[in-house]
Amino acid sequence: MRFYLQLAFTLLVTAFLIVPVVMSILAGVTENFFIGLKSGLTLRWIVEVWELYARTVYFSIGIALACLAATLVLGVPAAYVLARAQNRWTRAFEELLVLPVAVPGLATALALILFYGQLRGFRASWTFILVGHVLFTLPFMVRSVLAVMAAIDLRTLEDAAASLGARFAQRFFHVVLPNARPGIIAGSLMVVTLSMGEFNITWMLHTPLTQTLPVGLADAYASMRLEIGSAYTVIFFFMIVPLLLALQWLGERTVR
Amino acid sequence: MKHSWLLAPAAAVFAAFWLLPIARLTVVGASGPDGIATYAAVVTNPQYFRSLVSTLILSAAVTAATLIVSAIAGLFLSRNRFPGRGFLTAMLTFPLAFPGVVVGFMVILLAGRQGLIGQVTQWLTGENLVFAYSMAGLFLGYLYFSIPRVILTVMAAAEKLDPKLEEAARSLGASPWRVVIDVLIPGLKPALISAGAICFATSMGAFGTAFTLATRINVLPITIYTEFTNYANFSIAAALSIVLGVLTWLVLNLARTFAGSTVAAAA
Repeated sequence: MRFYLQLAFTLLVTAFLIVPVVMSILAGVTENFFIGLKSGLTLRWIVEVWELYARTVYFSIGIALACLAATLVLGVPAAYVLARAQNRWTRAFEELLVLPVAVPGLATALALILFYGQLRGFRASWTFILVGHVLFTLPFMVRSVLAVMAAIDLRTLEDAAASLGARFAQRFFHVVLPNARPGIIAGSLMVVTLSMGEFNITWMLHTPLTQTLPVGLADAYASMRLEIGSAYTVIFFFMIVPLLLALQWLGERTVR
Repeated sequence: MKHSWLLAPAAAVFAAFWLLPIARLTVVGASGPDGIATYAAVVTNPQYFRSLVSTLILSAAVTAATLIVSAIAGLFLSRNRFPGRGFLTAMLTFPLAFPGVVVGFMVILLAGRQGLIGQVTQWLTGENLVFAYSMAGLFLGYLYFSIPRVILTVMAAAEKLDPKLEEAARSLGASPWRVVIDVLIPGLKPALISAGAICFATSMGAFGTAFTLATRINVLPITIYTEFTNYANFSIAAALSIVLGVLTWLVLNLARTFAGSTVAAAA
């Protein structure tokens, strides 16, 4: 009896989360959502969204990849230092790095605008959005890589390589990085997923020429009919689901 | 350590694009006509104070509701094995990657003008119930946002709990309710505290969902946004966002002192 009560409750929660997702998929391919499915299925909303907003999709992919490159270059070496030198300073640095995630994105965005807003070229370019995304995603990359590096005995591995005559660059690229690979992959997926969905910072930083997918979504929700907003959301689902599946698959693999 | 210069690029970017701008933001906050007193506006100005109080109440209500719902569902999923369990877990965690704007749209589909709840109540009572564009809609949205995250945390923590403790309690004659109160809740407490803190902090600072639902909802992030973009009231916007930032940071840190684990707010 208790089992079925709890099952019913869990199903109810699942319905709360999934029913609107199904509704948005249906609304995105229905001729007229208010009349319902009997008005007929159509792909015209998807086509229309693509004509209006394809640019935001490409822009988001570009930003996500640039953000991934930046967090790899900045984050992996940083994680290495944090893993090797565990002291008061590195711990303080780790704490600081998480602040852009702990503090509301609005504060970070306002700070960036007030500090760099006068540099017109920078303010209007895609790199301004990139900066916001890097600040927000960098801690996830660092933590993910650091977690793996802390679990393996880096020092012994490196000492072994050094005793065989490997210089630092050789050790870093041929010993440290391959061993940290699971953390780098998980961190990368995380960074791309978060960057694709980031809104709080991006909304304040964007200009009409630097609209990301979520910014376009907000615009469509506010000014377009429900079917268009839904079709656009379906496109977003299509982009985010493979990333989520990859993350889940990776999680299960590392547990085993 | 010999190669600590590898930290330099990350440190330089962080200093140039976060520390310095935030330092300037705190200065701007005190540069208005009221000077440093601008920071007190959040309590002295009735409008901002109402905004702060409703944000706090909303976040507390969302946190309480999320913890209860997710603890029940999460414990159920981790304590029982049945066909379809994996699918159910996948469905419950699917919305994890939705940004706030998309969550707002989900609430519109549920409780908006053409929403499901409205259609059902129309059919039942002849009245179209619409509450998406209000505080209730925002509550629903933050609940939607937080449930997947907290369920995952509860499930991970429950897997680590020793089932023998429950068996021991039961064999000593404890009722199912007592097992929950005396064994499960204390065992899950660290996870619940840290998940609750993240939930509270994200609800305090979230912007996307409120923005999608209505820019008239009186919560602090929306107030900051309108002060900045509609009234170009930079010092108030700066002061309020610093206050908001300090508040969320405090909540996360308090939780960490009590729960003893690392806490970071999620997207």
